[in-house]
Amino acid sequence: MDQVTRAGEPIVELSGVEVRAGNRVLVTGIDLSVSDGEVVTLIGPNGAGKTTLIRAALGLIQPSAGISRRRDGARIGYMPQRLNIDRNMPLTVRRFLGLAGAFEPGARARVLEETGIARIIDSPVHDISGGEWQRTLLARALLREPDLLVLDEPAQAVDLTGQAELYRLIGEIRDRRGCGVLMVSHDLHLVMSSTDHVVCINTHLCCAGTPDTVSRDPSYVAMFGESVAETMALYHHNHDHAHGVDGSIVHEHGHDRHG
Amino acid sequence: MRMALTAASCMNTDTIVMDDFLVRAVLAGVGVAAVTGPLGSFVVWRRMSFFGDALAHSALLGVALGLLLGIDLTVGVLAVAVIAAILLLGIERRTGLAMDTILGILSHGTLAIGLVAVAFLERVRFDLLGFLFGDILAVTAADIAWIYGGGAVALALIAYFWRPLLSATVHADLARAEGVPVDRVNLVFLLCLALVVATAMKVVGILLVAAMLIIPAATARPYSRTPERMAVFAVVISWLSVAGGLGLSFAADTPGGPSIISFGLLLFALTTGLMALRQRHSDG
Repeated sequence: MDQVTRAGEPIVELSGVEVRAGNRVLVTGIDLSVSDGEVVTLIGPNGAGKTTLIRAALGLIQPSAGISRRRDGARIGYMPQRLNIDRNMPLTVRRFLGLAGAFEPGARARVLEETGIARIIDSPVHDISGGEWQRTLLARALLREPDLLVLDEPAQAVDLTGQAELYRLIGEIRDRRGCGVLMVSHDLHLVMSSTDHVVCINTHLCCAGTPDTVSRDPSYVAMFGESVAETMALYHHNHDHAHGVDGSIVHEHGHDRHG
Repeated sequence: MRMALTAASCMNTDTIVMDDFLVRAVLAGVGVAAVTGPLGSFVVWRRMSFFGDALAHSALLGVALGLLLGIDLTVGVLAVAVIAAILLLGIERRTGLAMDTILGILSHGTLAIGLVAVAFLERVRFDLLGFLFGDILAVTAADIAWIYGGGAVALALIAYFWRPLLSATVHADLARAEGVPVDRVNLVFLLCLALVVATAMKVVGILLVAAMLIIPAATARPYSRTPERMAVFAVVISWLSVAGGLGLSFAADTPGGPSIISFGLLLFALTTGLMALRQRHSDG
């Protein structure tokens, strides 16, 4: 009956969120929301509180101030950062996926096809590559038929081509399933084309908006000027010699607009 | 003729007595091993071997408490182990100290306090070595009831919580995000661990309980592709250790608990060596 209002309601919404560890403020004054079919990317330097904010959004930690709210009945698929399985634990990909709990029959076959890991289903998790492992984590998140995917640095430990492929896969999943995506990323240039909304934080909220606006925002440039210049230099070296690193923010197309 | 008869009947009762305590020893060992296999696997996966050791060391304090209050010693040990487990969890969360430091302090601290406490109980007839290293050949029917009763409870809990327990072991946050009540599951695991410590103590002793948890599980690891298989293999390997250790103890009059652990270590060394050889063979 409240289907109409439901549809408009964000899947997750943070307003004025602050999280402390003892006296230390990890994040403060953050507003953020993700709606159906929307890809929101969280960026910020190391130690900016990105993972903290993700955990608050998931309800894993309680904010010391502000509100973190999830839509009633929303299913959330989570892909944590740096999940290393102790070598002492024997575990195949199949069993790892099984830990997600009961899922609908047919869900696994579909997810395996979507993420392309059917081939390694019976391999020990310790023997697969970084890219295959990230896809396995993504598959586990998808098994829950999520309304929202929360991905904490999904492309870590993946080589550059693999990274681009993984982000493309995430974009496809959003298109196909219409779920919301909240992800943390270091590399805005890689995720720009598949992101609707960027939230840039450094303990506090620096700036937010479309990838385009954020990349022009003075606080973004000030924060990332140097480090982005470095990664962009690397990026351009590998992929696009035509555009040098000039600090220019006037290009209007493609993923190198903030080069 | 009469003398021979007496001698024969004497021998007869002798073997019956011998059989009796040996049967009790085997029952106790088999019962304990059935639980230390899966529990020990979790201890290994969760990197909690030091934690198990600390719990076991606190058991001596439980013995002292039991003697002091005149309650069942197993109840005393269980109570202290549960309190120690909960304290350890709380301390980890509240202090900035590394877990291994906290465990080092508490493990040896509680052992020291336990030794001091039992020294005050001089008037009580008390076999300290029996508690420290176990006395499997002296287990009573009541001990066996504890081992099987407690073991059944622990196994049932572990089986019931198997998937959430595995999930929480692999990644607590992911498990939480998927709706697993991680704190409750962890508490259940600690209670089971306390139960196992309190019952296994009679077989291998306070100082060797952790070894009984870890060595068979570690031996099973290379031969297991799934967690379930590792838990089952650990039980089988524990049973072999109990059989070998008791055999040695019976034949050479060596202490039971340490013999079981020594046999377990031998199995670990042999299988690990075999594995390394095979690896070298396949590499060459």
